[in-house]
Amino acid sequence: MNIELLTIDSARTSVLEKETTATALVDAFYARIATEDGAIGAYLTLCKERAYRQAARIDALADKGDALPPLAGVPVAIKDVFTTKDVRTTAGSKILENFIAPYDATVVAKLEEAGAIILGKTNCDEFAMGSSNENSGFHPVRNPRDHSRVPGGSSGGSAAAVAAGTAVASLGSDTGGSIRQPAAFCGVVGLMPTYGRVSRYGLIAFASSLDHPGPFGKTVKDVAIMLQAIAGRDPLDSTTADVPVPNFCGHIGQPVDGMKIGVPLEYFEDGLDAEVRAAVEFGMQELVNAGAEVIPISLPHTAYAIPTYYVIATAEASSNLARFDGVRYGLRSGEAKTLSEMYRRTRDAGFGAEVKRRIMLGTYVLSAGYYDAYYLKAQRVRSLLARDFDQAFTTVDAIITPTTPTVAFKLGEKTDDPLAMYLADIYTVTADLAGIPAISIPCGKSKEGLPIGMQILGKHFDEASILRVAHVAEHALASRLV
Amino acid sequence: MATPEATVATGSKYEPVIGLEVHVQLLTKTKIFCGCSTHFGDPPNTNVCPVCLGLPGPLPVLNKRAVEFAVLAATALNCRINETSIFARKNYFYPDLPKGYQISQYDKPLAEFGYIEIKTANGPKRIGITRVHLEEDAGKSLHDGLPDSSEWTSIDLNRSGVPLIEIVSEPDISSPDEAHEYLTRLKEIILYTGVSDCNMEEGSLRCDANISIRPRGQVQLGTKTEVKNVNSFRFIRHALEYEIGRHEEVIESGGKIVQETRLYNSGEGKTYGMRSKEQAHDYRYFPEPDLLPLVVDDSWRQQIIAELPELPEARRARLVTQYGITEYDAATLTSSRTLADQFEEAAAAAKNPKRVANLVQGELMGRLKAKGLEIEQSPISMEGVAMSADLVESGAISGKILKDLYDLAFECGEDFPAIYEKEKPQQITDSAAIEKIIDEVMDGNPKQLEQYRGGKKTVIAFFVGQVMKASKGQANPTLVNELLAKKLEE
Repeated sequence: MNIELLTIDSARTSVLEKETTATALVDAFYARIATEDGAIGAYLTLCKERAYRQAARIDALADKGDALPPLAGVPVAIKDVFTTKDVRTTAGSKILENFIAPYDATVVAKLEEAGAIILGKTNCDEFAMGSSNENSGFHPVRNPRDHSRVPGGSSGGSAAAVAAGTAVASLGSDTGGSIRQPAAFCGVVGLMPTYGRVSRYGLIAFASSLDHPGPFGKTVKDVAIMLQAIAGRDPLDSTTADVPVPNFCGHIGQPVDGMKIGVPLEYFEDGLDAEVRAAVEFGMQELVNAGAEVIPISLPHTAYAIPTYYVIATAEASSNLARFDGVRYGLRSGEAKTLSEMYRRTRDAGFGAEVKRRIMLGTYVLSAGYYDAYYLKAQRVRSLLARDFDQAFTTVDAIITPTTPTVAFKLGEKTDDPLAMYLADIYTVTADLAGIPAISIPCGKSKEGLPIGMQILGKHFDEASILRVAHVAEHALASRLV
Repeated sequence: MATPEATVATGSKYEPVIGLEVHVQLLTKTKIFCGCSTHFGDPPNTNVCPVCLGLPGPLPVLNKRAVEFAVLAATALNCRINETSIFARKNYFYPDLPKGYQISQYDKPLAEFGYIEIKTANGPKRIGITRVHLEEDAGKSLHDGLPDSSEWTSIDLNRSGVPLIEIVSEPDISSPDEAHEYLTRLKEIILYTGVSDCNMEEGSLRCDANISIRPRGQVQLGTKTEVKNVNSFRFIRHALEYEIGRHEEVIESGGKIVQETRLYNSGEGKTYGMRSKEQAHDYRYFPEPDLLPLVVDDSWRQQIIAELPELPEARRARLVTQYGITEYDAATLTSSRTLADQFEEAAAAAKNPKRVANLVQGELMGRLKAKGLEIEQSPISMEGVAMSADLVESGAISGKILKDLYDLAFECGEDFPAIYEKEKPQQITDSAAIEKIIDEVMDGNPKQLEQYRGGKKTVIAFFVGQVMKASKGQANPTLVNELLAKKLEE
């Protein structure tokens, strides 16, 4: 069995039909991680005991001939920003290097309930702040398609694990593009659900109003199955919405003819790499061939998205990260003589440069005298950005854009230029700000053989439509991706 | 500079302007954003969970009961409830603040525009209430009292996340006495609503005061100071008196008041400025993204305020008209909801409710005052008053005996039923003994006997009275009548 080719369905079926056992799958994946992950660095922590316990449970179900849950025996990886009971959760930060939470994130618990086997916790930019995974407090992740390049970020480890075949599927979180951008760079599918569709309970917060848990998979169907398992109202997260969860897989395979797909001009301007543009346009043409209608649209406030994002996200982050103070858990500097010195030394030693930069930026924009000019203004622009989408969706069913302006860049290429790094998210931050769902699917390759991603955005709580469009495109484009 | 004395010169050319911020803990069973118990006095860090410990990942979920309690209190304080209010984060670092921010409300509080009516030397006065908002309490830093206190400060997070309301007054208070009266009325109202025990020793009611002075007649406000750490109403009055004196002295000597937070030291009766570093707070408030806006729509609000009991002022007015007691006594009887309830229950159970009220007013209050007791400390309970009222009503005891029994109860510190049981007049039911008394009375009153036997039968009443008197009121009246009728006819 080529485990690197397994999808959720094929993995589950192989257990169901006794071609293998869940335990044997876990053995095989850990063996593959041992040989492959050293060069990639996708995993920070393996939770073998927990994985084998779950595998045994699934095997017992299969032996009894009981019905198997939808993710039965499927080995998955979890971005290390989701807490896992009794298994270390670091958020990619030295400040939580030895932190073990006494609770599971809701999404983690739901995946296990659905039969998934958690292999381990994946590397990420510290507190999910970054676009290249170079901000990990431990070590960078390398792109499995080209080890000299970044996998994207912040969920770089989760994207790389799926791309490298060291997990069948994985969970990430998307605050400004942290699922879709690495999905595009690594050539996998990444879905950011609507804000409120998936519980954030147990997700170590970066920016609470922008954090979206979501899945990575090799296929559109895989992310649909993953979404099905994690979606829904959670009494532990007041911001989850009490809306029905449709059968997402039921929309996979539906045709797109008659669907109206918007193409925003602002996403195809200067700064977009020619190869990326060509690949995305090819993808759109395939959808036209499949019967969809492509309509040029305008999202006029797009240019303000990046500054708006960096005001709101950093403001929330400055507050969310205040709890890492060395008092109750995590790192504490032992050298301090006073309380404020303890805070300063602990946070200086525990946080990396990018996290510090964002805490300072966020503290500044919330400060007396600056709040109105920055935070409040950014909230107003955020409303305008959301309104752009609302208006667009009165005429179109979905919107297509490139996921990123370029293909994966080299390690070290942008580390000295934070602004250039921030622009890697230029096409993805808008959906986070508007809270709408968006998916990135592979749509081609550069001449160098690097993956290119196409983004499909949808209406609030209409993941079904973007999955449907993505699935049609995925099949039409399959031959270009080999 | 000499230390100013804690006195306020009457007729001073300055007028104090005072506003109070009162924090009240709500008596919900569980905390405001998690399911942990709010029970006071449990061993440190036993009522805690990932939410109130500020661990990374868990999220706050609002306790509905806390909202209901806050709405009750705010309504009782005549506030308008905002249909939509917003939780906000108040950011500051402190070891007993586990998240590094307190979830509170800022520019859109739960309730606004309320007032309390207080009594002043110049008649009633309305003190405006700017706002009432919901927030969570912080934990406690334990600096001493533990075995290793010399080495460490310990943190107890049992209190972290206990629901609070903050009640902010307008700067309508013009003297330390008014501040005291405002707090007394405020506490009385909150206690009536039942949403807090307002126990200052356990910290379930805390008060900070903002104070400034200005020349009388001047509209513009002076520079204010904030006095914190005052844990009784009496100390608030002292602290304000001290601050007013200090402000006057500073201004009179040509100095300027520095806007600052000052801590009150009750031992010394003085306030001290905190180091400026400790008060250079910019709380960087912003809307709490983990909670949705709080919506209290009209139907929920109606449902909540249906629980609102009759409030002290209304009840006082009703007691005056219903029982014909004085306003002063009505105020005493309504000083707590429990007492007023006990009084009204006792009155309702008695044969003549008004007599209960009269006894409270005529017999109980004076004795309490003479002994320097509060009504809660009265040896005679409301039930006792009701029982005594019934005994007088039925003629079983006379007013005189009642007074004696009340005196005795106050002397022994026992309730009326116990005293009555011990001291109740022993009735003589032995016919021979009564006949003996009758014989004596008849022998001693030959004139009246002659009148009776001459046909003036009404004289029997005289004989009954004499027999009762001779028996010290202890002869059974029925037997006396019966035996007298027989003997007189002999």
